Amino acid sequence: MRSARVAYDGAIHDAVPHLDGLQLADGRVLAEDAVVWLPPLAQVGTVIALGLNYADHVQELSKELTRTNQDEPLVFLKTPGSLIGHRAHTRRPLDAGFMHYECELAVVIGRRARRVRAADALAHVQGYTVCNDYAIRDYLENWYRPNLRVKNRDGATVLGPWLVSADEVPDPQRLSLRTTVDGRLVQQGTTANMIHSVAALIEYLSDFMTLEPGDIILTGTPEGTVNCQAGEQVVCEIDGIGRLVNTLVADAPAAS
Amino acid sequence: MSVLSFDFAPWRLSGTVLGVLLNHRPALAALGDAVHAAPYKAPPKAPVLYVKPRNTQVGAGARVAVPAGVPALEVGAALGLVIGRSACRVRAEEALSFVAGLVIVADLSVPHESFYRPSVRLKARDGFCPLGPRVWPLQAVPAPDALALRVTVDGRSVHESTTGERVRGAAQLLADVSAFMTLAPGDVLMTGVAAGAPHVEPGHTVGVSLEGLGTLSFDLVREELS
Repeated sequence: MRSARVAYDGAIHDAVPHLDGLQLADGRVLAEDAVVWLPPLAQVGTVIALGLNYADHVQELSKELTRTNQDEPLVFLKTPGSLIGHRAHTRRPLDAGFMHYECELAVVIGRRARRVRAADALAHVQGYTVCNDYAIRDYLENWYRPNLRVKNRDGATVLGPWLVSADEVPDPQRLSLRTTVDGRLVQQGTTANMIHSVAALIEYLSDFMTLEPGDIILTGTPEGTVNCQAGEQVVCEIDGIGRLVNTLVADAPAAS
Repeated sequence: MSVLSFDFAPWRLSGTVLGVLLNHRPALAALGDAVHAAPYKAPPKAPVLYVKPRNTQVGAGARVAVPAGVPALEVGAALGLVIGRSACRVRAEEALSFVAGLVIVADLSVPHESFYRPSVRLKARDGFCPLGPRVWPLQAVPAPDALALRVTVDGRSVHESTTGERVRGAAQLLADVSAFMTLAPGDVLMTGVAAGAPHVEPGHTVGVSLEGLGTLSFDLVREELS
């Protein structure tokens, strides 16, 4: 099944897909643009993200890298405050010269996982959704890379629109993903190119950190990350999971 | 869910705990010219932040497992600022008005040399962030940037420092972090760890004492592989 969380008419609602848009738990049917979409899970726990987890992306960056595909997964942690929902606006800092999207398969944990083997790992997954994990490269520093200023800005981690239950995704390593900017195809890949599969990541992580329901694993992005400007609409899409729309807007100067 | 609740707003911790690396001036100075060399190439400009996720957070009296093959853990004794109201783009002059409380944090790590891209495996293991024993109101201390800190092992002092000598004091740190990420009520922002953080071993009872805030104690045990 597919579920979303939306704000409508003064309250937050669970919603499911409907031919005319979406249907709230109370039965009301609404157009997609009639609601405010929130990240599709109510209680977000730890947000775990992967760097350089696609073989093609590693190839793309090979000149500046010192790592190989055999290395330990490159994991960093984010905070729930960075998340926003489908169709929202992400503010692009006024001083940013290079801000790019990252289309990622997001895995939502549904059952506690501690020292789980890869063969059993997918049983701990509640479902999947789409993430656009923006990076602002201007702020990259070589201390605890990638630093939070690059990857954890308010509203720069877009999640949704639907949480798709795991039973609808028999093989998370056979999904095509793509990004368009104002309709122009800029990024294309397949989860088959992940260096560390979803199951392998759960095995790796759960060996030292207990994963709990509501924890999210952002599994990395394929090659094709280009700079985006304010005003551009960025759409990240994963076949069978969802189509996540975001629009960049220019940030306002700090209030005085 | 939260390891600590308390009797004033925001009543409980949110689960988001942030640490800051090299915010102690002597700790940064100890790196010398290495900050200009590869892989760092330049001294840090923005606060160097990291997340201690919820699986790491445990209360006073916890038994923390030291992983197999690791002789000792490093104890980063820190003051944690407990955010009281949503802090977004706040100015340093007003920043402390967004802090409701203070808590002792023991930021545990498997010792490592590099600050470039250390594995989260070294800092985010289950139990690696004891906090407590309680959250005190901000007014419990005269100034958060001038508190004596002591780490003890089995009652014997092994490290003494203060919450001072910071690259960014509590107010400036909160201002600079809130410039790009909003801190929410119940979030904890550590103000950094002093140079020379002590190492502790399985079997040790560790105490972290912070002037005015009491002592946070926990035990280290050898991890059992089931």
